[in-house]
Amino acid sequence: MSEELVLSLRHVDSGYHDGVGPFGRRERQEVLHDVTFDVRHGEILGLVGESGTGKSTLAKTILGMVKPDRGTVTHYTKRPQMIFQDPYSSLNPFYSVEWTLEEPLRVYGKYEKAERKRRVREMLERVELPGECLGAKPSELSGGQRQRVSIAAALIRRPKFLIADEPVSALDVTIQAQILDLLRSLRRELDLSYLFISHDLNVVYQLCDRVLVMKRGRIVEQGTVEEIFNHPKEAYTKQLLAAAE
Amino acid sequence: MKRGNGFFIAGLALTGLLAALILLGFFWTPYDPNAMAAGPKFDGPSLAHWMGTDNFGRDIFSRVLKGAGTTASIALATLAIGAVCGCLAGALTGYFGGPVDELLMRLNDALTAFPSILLALVVISILEPGKKRNVILALGLVFIPSFARVSRTAFASLREVNYIKSARLMGASSPRILAVHMLPNTAPVLLPALTIGFNNAVLAEASMSFLGIGVTPPDASLGYMLSEAQGMLFAAPWYAAGTGLVIVWMVFGVGLIGEGLRRRDREVL
Repeated sequence: MSEELVLSLRHVDSGYHDGVGPFGRRERQEVLHDVTFDVRHGEILGLVGESGTGKSTLAKTILGMVKPDRGTVTHYTKRPQMIFQDPYSSLNPFYSVEWTLEEPLRVYGKYEKAERKRRVREMLERVELPGECLGAKPSELSGGQRQRVSIAAALIRRPKFLIADEPVSALDVTIQAQILDLLRSLRRELDLSYLFISHDLNVVYQLCDRVLVMKRGRIVEQGTVEEIFNHPKEAYTKQLLAAAE
Repeated sequence: MKRGNGFFIAGLALTGLLAALILLGFFWTPYDPNAMAAGPKFDGPSLAHWMGTDNFGRDIFSRVLKGAGTTASIALATLAIGAVCGCLAGALTGYFGGPVDELLMRLNDALTAFPSILLALVVISILEPGKKRNVILALGLVFIPSFARVSRTAFASLREVNYIKSARLMGASSPRILAVHMLPNTAPVLLPALTIGFNNAVLAEASMSFLGIGVTPPDASLGYMLSEAQGMLFAAPWYAAGTGLVIVWMVFGVGLIGEGLRRRDREVL
């Protein structure tokens, strides 16, 4: 694993607008405090913490959906993508799987129709879905299949960095394992790096190389999976681990 | 999944039949709708004159066919103006939000506070009364706020949905997100709103013409004919009955379609 970086955050404070005043005035709610970390090339970096600690705000800040108040977010790859927890709302219900997979390429506008179709089929094979799925609407697919389609759509333009926000939390355990396997093999095949957000420590232990522990908008501890799980230093990390036993 | 339901099919049948009659009326009517003495005066419904004749001996069925055409085309044009401008405003404010959204929606609230007929009256007196084009323009303007409100809610509710976030992440432009990614998913809300809007437009046109500020002769609309019929309610009750029946038919049929659409979407959800 090289030390090349795909993402670095330095002293990032961020938050979101909360509530609308009578004249459109908005109040700023700060959620992240002084967040500093790197994502290295080829690694799966886990981000754990209780719900409400700002994990999703961090993801949004990284992707530019929320502007940081202070600090810098530096991407070393192009077009980072994201997959979401709820596979039911992450696919447009109106369109077929084929349309959804083709759309990022259509938007990009550089490929002929035949080339787009070829890439769609290739990506469908990579996420191990049968060809019949192309014509299906999301409502005809299972949760696991939908998540595979989401992954395929996120990866079809070959990004190098993917944020996965609780991608398996809504799935049953057997399907979870399959999706985690898929994410692992895609990392190898497509030279990917992940930021893997989860509240499920077992999943993080299985999948990740390094872990960030977040509490109330701050990174309280970071280290390799071994360090965090076997030799936690912070009381909060020990508490999280004890709760997961 | 998309099982046809009784409301939708019945509505489609009623509206389709009426639409066919109206289309026919554009090219051919049993008698010239404005020809005096097409039959005897105040003749009751008969095989020769299905809806009877009026005080000039004009054939009421022919007049109703023409009048329904005028009313339907005014309602459709009104709907087109109201729905296109309203949806555009609603989509933009719902999607982008911010101070402009606040401002437009408060303006919208203020406009909705007036009865729509009253607003149309004001608009049409500023323009020139009695012209078909101005009736359409006035009604169209009056119909914008309600469509803006409905579509704003529909678009705003989709703004933070994950597949829309994904679309932004993949670099789709805002017009593409609005038109391609969002618009089809607002159909369950917007299509029933269109049917309600059509009915309101029919009734609004009829009311305006009835009050004498809408369509004027030689154009005849159902509303104008209803006000004519009022003067001979006892001498020729079939005039009012025939005209009223067609208004009810038009509104009822489209209303059934709207109800059918709503029920279908409830089943899908």
